[in-house]
Amino acid sequence: MIWLIGLGGSLGAATRFLLGRFITNKTQRVYPFPIGTWLINCTGSFLLGVLTSLHQTYQISDLVFAFFGVGFCGAYTTFSTFGHETITLIQANHIKLAVIYVITSVIIGTLSAWAGLVILN
Amino acid sequence: MMHLLAVLIGGFFGAVCRYGVGIGFPAQHGFPIGTFIINLFGCLFLGWFLTFIGQKKTIRPEVTSLIGTGFTGSFTTFSTFSVETIHLFQEGLFFLALLYVFASTILGLLFAYIGRKLALSHQQTGELL
Repeated sequence: MIWLIGLGGSLGAATRFLLGRFITNKTQRVYPFPIGTWLINCTGSFLLGVLTSLHQTYQISDLVFAFFGVGFCGAYTTFSTFGHETITLIQANHIKLAVIYVITSVIIGTLSAWAGLVILN
Repeated sequence: MMHLLAVLIGGFFGAVCRYGVGIGFPAQHGFPIGTFIINLFGCLFLGWFLTFIGQKKTIRPEVTSLIGTGFTGSFTTFSTFSVETIHLFQEGLFFLALLYVFASTILGLLFAYIGRKLALSHQQTGELL
């Protein structure tokens, strides 16, 4: 169980690293909004919603959920980078962007999780 | 390539530690205290760590990938936070759901800021911790 969570976590963190770097290279030179983490957190919330609903209805086993849900999705998405990026935006005086980043991350993130939970019902 | 390896290793231990802390702190009266503590502590640590490492040009950049992107990024989680919030709403615990969202967000940002300030104040006094 622990190994599955760890390995899922490795893959999740690596996906976040590669995808984040790819998106940042494409966008952040022209615009300071952290679109990479934003997209990662919203897509990961949706995916965990789907996996949680499958797990609750016994369509995937505890082990599959440990790997993809707890491990992969948990590590793919991140709260600490979200916090750090917001503080960085505030420090750079992008107050409006910081407020938009926080509010849209929380609202779209939780709505994505909700969509994931109900989409297969 | 070294960066990717560092992220893979850090991500492994971050996820395992998150799982361990989650077991140690089960939900209290429906409130997901485990994820709450994990995310706040992760914000405090990452705020401190990235500011601290930004001042130490001699530290290898792979260390940031290992501890910052890999471990702390994987330790904290946004997806579990979102799913737990929806579960609270679905159970009709609206007050707890809103409390969870506001407390996680506001305190998370505050902790990230405190972490940053701690690193900056150490820089002035020349101490490590």
